[in-house]
Amino acid sequence: MEILVCVKRVPDTSENEIEVNSDGTDIERGDLVYSVNEWDNYAVEEAIQIRDKIGGSITVVSVGDDDAEEVIRREMAMGADRGILLSDKVFEGADGRAIASIIKAEVDKGKYDLILTGAQADDGAGQVGGMLAAMLDWPYASLVNYLEVIDNQKIKVGREIEGGNQEIHEINLPCVLSIQTGINEPRYVGIRGIRKVASAELPIHGAKELGISPEAVGHTGAKVQKVDYFVPDLGEGAEILEGSTDEIVEQLVELLKSKGGIK
Amino acid sequence: MAREVIAYIIHKEGIADDTAIEMISAAHKIDPDAKLIALVAGSGPQLDTVCNQIAASFQEVWKIDNEALAYPDAELIRPILTGILPSGSIVLFPNNTFGMDLTPGLSIKLDTAYLADVVDFEGIEKGKLKTVRQEYSGQVSTHVLCDISKGIIITVRPGAFKADESKTFNGSIIDKTNEAFQEGIPRVARRFLEIVEAEVGEVDITKSEILISVGRGIEDEDNLEIVFDLAEALGGDVSCSRPIVDAKWMEKSRQVGTSGQTVKPKVYIALGISGSFQHLGGIKGAPFIVAVNKNPKAPIFQIADVGVVQDLLDFIPELTDKINEIKG
Ligand SMILES: Cc1cc2nc3c(=O)[nH]c(=O)nc-3n(C[C@H](O)[C@H](O)[C@H](O)COP(=O)(O)OP(=O)(O)OC[C@H]3O[C@@H](n4cnc5c(N)ncnc54)[C@H](O)[C@@H]3O)c2cc1C
Ligand SMILES: Nc1ncnc2c1ncn2[C@@H]1O[C@H](COP(=O)(O)O)[C@@H](O)[C@H]1O
Repeated sequence: MEILVCVKRVPDTSENEIEVNSDGTDIERGDLVYSVNEWDNYAVEEAIQIRDKIGGSITVVSVGDDDAEEVIRREMAMGADRGILLSDKVFEGADGRAIASIIKAEVDKGKYDLILTGAQADDGAGQVGGMLAAMLDWPYASLVNYLEVIDNQKIKVGREIEGGNQEIHEINLPCVLSIQTGINEPRYVGIRGIRKVASAELPIHGAKELGISPEAVGHTGAKVQKVDYFVPDLGEGAEILEGSTDEIVEQLVELLKSKGGIK
Repeated sequence: MAREVIAYIIHKEGIADDTAIEMISAAHKIDPDAKLIALVAGSGPQLDTVCNQIAASFQEVWKIDNEALAYPDAELIRPILTGILPSGSIVLFPNNTFGMDLTPGLSIKLDTAYLADVVDFEGIEKGKLKTVRQEYSGQVSTHVLCDISKGIIITVRPGAFKADESKTFNGSIIDKTNEAFQEGIPRVARRFLEIVEAEVGEVDITKSEILISVGRGIEDEDNLEIVFDLAEALGGDVSCSRPIVDAKWMEKSRQVGTSGQTVKPKVYIALGISGSFQHLGGIKGAPFIVAVNKNPKAPIFQIADVGVVQDLLDFIPELTDKINEIKG
């Protein structure tokens, strides 16, 4: 099975407080720690498990600037066979649709049976996988938390729906799936693994190699455009308890008693 | 002619989802004068029940009735919608697991703009629709301008818009079935087989009055002990956010949220939980919410009643000791 996995480099929200920059044009990116989008690690792990079971190879692809190389290499250290960086000045400001069309151009150059994306990334859109499938005219299933290869024509997938219930489908290959967390346990990647792939070949494909016209992607092509960032004002918010830890504990215990929080 | 806004209605067992009337206020924020059209697909008497219910709140109801639609399978519904949605329409869907499956591809097939998980609209200026979204699980918001000249597909966040039942219509129900199936039942490459229900676990957190809920901030499986100790002192049960289940530290039946359980406790104590909308979507009945988080900007503080900005690994044992001391 030839598998393509799409990965994105994103600020790690468990490591960073995300703040709006002084003129509201972006988030404060100075001290951010970046990593692979959480969902994408599950997608790569799933691809590795499929390959190790039935054979084939895994290509990891990311649309981004030079820094995206680091996340591609991390996924190669995890076990992907090769990586491709899709990067070009004209891709700057690409919206979800443009990202999908850039990836589609790369897909058209190869021969893949299965494409995996994460269920969503840092801006919570969950759009690239479904758009890519529609552009390719391939079937799609989102939020996949179970995957079983039946033969080289079809697979069985479980989609996680509301309440933790699961919707089971049979889906023809080639297809695109977005992977939900919890489908597997992504393996640990150590420093040694990363060192091993540090000098592995990593081709960079730009608009020219992909045959993409600059107007179709990037800022000018976008139908939806972020105009600013701001801090949400959602009413009063919580009463923050102040004081020493002892004092906070005292206050909280009183509040819990009055609200029936202690039985 | 008034602008039309079409809302796709999710329903189950003859009852429309809450998001149906939430999309009415969403549509009015797009354009106060918009004509509201509900789009309802399904089959049989249950579909009629939904259409009749919805007709009271929408000016027009478009009904698509076919046995093949008894289960709402996005891969089947997408080609049908591609055939009947007028070009240039503004179409709203809920941002739930069905909307996520259906809509990105639909926008490509219709060649319209697309925007997912909108939490607010600020009207249309010079042909552009101004919307509000959140990023980084609610830590920051953005305004997004959308070119709607060729129409747009939008998913709206469940719960973000107030249910609007202020206006009552006696909307006409228009049967769009023939138009939708002009070319027969679409041949699709994905076949729905069955639903597997979530497993029942050892504790039923949906019945708990006091929930001590733990998230990724607990950092390590071994640290869970302090959470169970607190729960025991308070006489409550332990629940959790999704990453705790993903890590296999707790069973799925303890997960609170849209893809987990819906809980209705009196008191909800969120420990090291950031407050994503999928997590908060599982908390109903307006409990008294206490949040402990070391990040003062965590979105959970926007909805909590009381907040403690501390490292939970230090704070929880102190709290537990104090409670045990009082109880003697
Ligand atoms: C379709 C779909 C369905 C989903 N369904 C659910 C669902 O049902 N339930 C659910 O919970 N999620 C669900 N999610 C996932 C959701 O989007 C979030 O990823 C998840 O809720 C985050 O969990 P968290 O708050 O525990 O982790 P994080 O967002 O990582 O937050 C951890 C928090 O802990 C704080 N923290 C860290 N260390 C400490 C410390 N030592 N002391 C105090 N605070 C600390 C941090 O400041 C941070 O705010 C779903 C996602 C999708 C796409
Ligand atoms: N710039 C990108 N490069 C490669 N894949 C991406 C990129 N952006 C999004 N994706 C993929 O699409 C998934 C969903 O992201 P999104 O649609 O942005 O929420 C991610 O988990 C990735 O698999």
